Amino acid sequence: MTKKVATKKAAKKVLSKKVITKAPTKKLPVKKLDPKQKTIETLVELIKTTSTVVPDDVYRTLLKARTQEQAGSTASYAMNIINDNIELAKLKSQPLCQDTGTVIFFIYHPPGFHQTPFKELIKKAVVKATQKGYLRQNSVNSLTGENAGTNLGEGHPSIHFYEHNKKEVEVKLVLKGGGCENVSAQYSLPDTGLGAGRDLAGVRKVIIDAIHKAQGKGCGPGALGICIGGDRADSAYLAKKQLLRKLDDKNSHPELNKLENDIVETCNKLGIGPMGFGGKTTLLSCKITHANRVPASFFVSISYMCWAFRRQGIVMDKNNSIKKWLY
Amino acid sequence: MKRLSYPFSPEAVRELKVGDMVLITGKLFTGRDAVHKYLHDGNKPPVDLKNQIIYHCGPVTMKDKKTGKWTVTAAGPTTSIREEPYQWEVIRDYGIVGVIGKGGMGQKTLDACKEHGCVYFHAIGGAAQVLAEKIKSVDGLYLEEFGLPEAIWELTVEEFPVVVTMDAHGNSLHKDVEESSRTALKEVL
Ligand code: SF4
Repeated sequence: MTKKVATKKAAKKVLSKKVITKAPTKKLPVKKLDPKQKTIETLVELIKTTSTVVPDDVYRTLLKARTQEQAGSTASYAMNIINDNIELAKLKSQPLCQDTGTVIFFIYHPPGFHQTPFKELIKKAVVKATQKGYLRQNSVNSLTGENAGTNLGEGHPSIHFYEHNKKEVEVKLVLKGGGCENVSAQYSLPDTGLGAGRDLAGVRKVIIDAIHKAQGKGCGPGALGICIGGDRADSAYLAKKQLLRKLDDKNSHPELNKLENDIVETCNKLGIGPMGFGGKTTLLSCKITHANRVPASFFVSISYMCWAFRRQGIVMDKNNSIKKWLY
Repeated sequence: MKRLSYPFSPEAVRELKVGDMVLITGKLFTGRDAVHKYLHDGNKPPVDLKNQIIYHCGPVTMKDKKTGKWTVTAAGPTTSIREEPYQWEVIRDYGIVGVIGKGGMGQKTLDACKEHGCVYFHAIGGAAQVLAEKIKSVDGLYLEEFGLPEAIWELTVEEFPVVVTMDAHGNSLHKDVEESSRTALKEVL
């Protein structure tokens, strides 16, 4: 296993090296290239990698899950096809899944950064990535049903800015598929039907209930982002934002860390398995955060991500090139 | 691993049982929301579906500008339950013997499968590349006016991997797993 991890890391190094070595050979054109054009190019590269390659941490977790299923079972069959699909998509630079999802950007920038022009560049990159087939024409007007074919429209792509105290701009991207979004959920505690009260035991109950309700419909094995508390809107958003955490990290909050492990272990006892075929791996991971609430409400939001967990991030250098991959 | 080869028949699919891993070789016709609604509204299918398999899929397709030939670049299954109100009728009226999709379907479809000799095959959700690789040719395009993902695509596939999750004998893996996981749920709560 460690060896595999090492080779994966080496592979990634080669990948990032490739990007870096590309720059000098293109030195002259790069200098002439308009910085805006360079940014668009960089963002298209980010979209392409996000859509076609699962991040290392997800791949490692999937590989481990695969070994846990009984050889010859339908669960192991599903995991093998998933694995083949991951390899093939990377090889062909084609989307892992044809549903390339809601396009969600998280931008972390230094003080004094201009958000509006950057937004415009993101939109241009999204259109270009759609033309190149890294994104499916996936954005539909909710009133007219019209699909402009560009992935642009009211609220699309979804863009969130944060100021940080580093000098560089970091861009993270999540592509969130529709099937798994449809099994995501929000509970309001207390839930008398489930006997779930306003405490961590109640929180645990509703999360496990959501996983049972989801069965295989979210293209499991899935990964969860959870938020305890907040108002309905913040709660749902913060739950989704937990999907930015690496699957193998640890929650710094000891009680939440315990709950995260407990949820994964418990849900894997339900026997739902990959695709809902029955089997050992129902959940790959669970990441939990919390937010204050008003005394009258207690929401628990659950964001379910399918096995085709598409998340990537980059640090941009002064020339708007990719300096480093974040996952 | 079992194999199912063209031409298909109700007799052949009745041999299949829930949990069987099957490689399908032969013809598939895609059909999703618009097609099912169209047939439900009383329109005749533009192509004879007798003893054929319907695939719930909105493929990503590309046309070669020079030759005019189509290729499929991504072809994973879409959620089947949306067709639950219509599927039983399509099985009954047009004699299809197989449905491929993801997530499973409900009682009406399960009953129609039993009565008419049809099975539900579960493809691996999200495996768009692996499944597209199994498509050897695009042989026809019908109801193009619904838009390319919603049209009927006639495809030839080779060793297309699926799992039988609802058979022609009234068994459903989805029902079984939902029940067994409900029992397990009670234990862990
Ligand atoms: S849930 Fe995920 S893997 Fe399944 S079809 Fe949607 S995007 Fe693809």
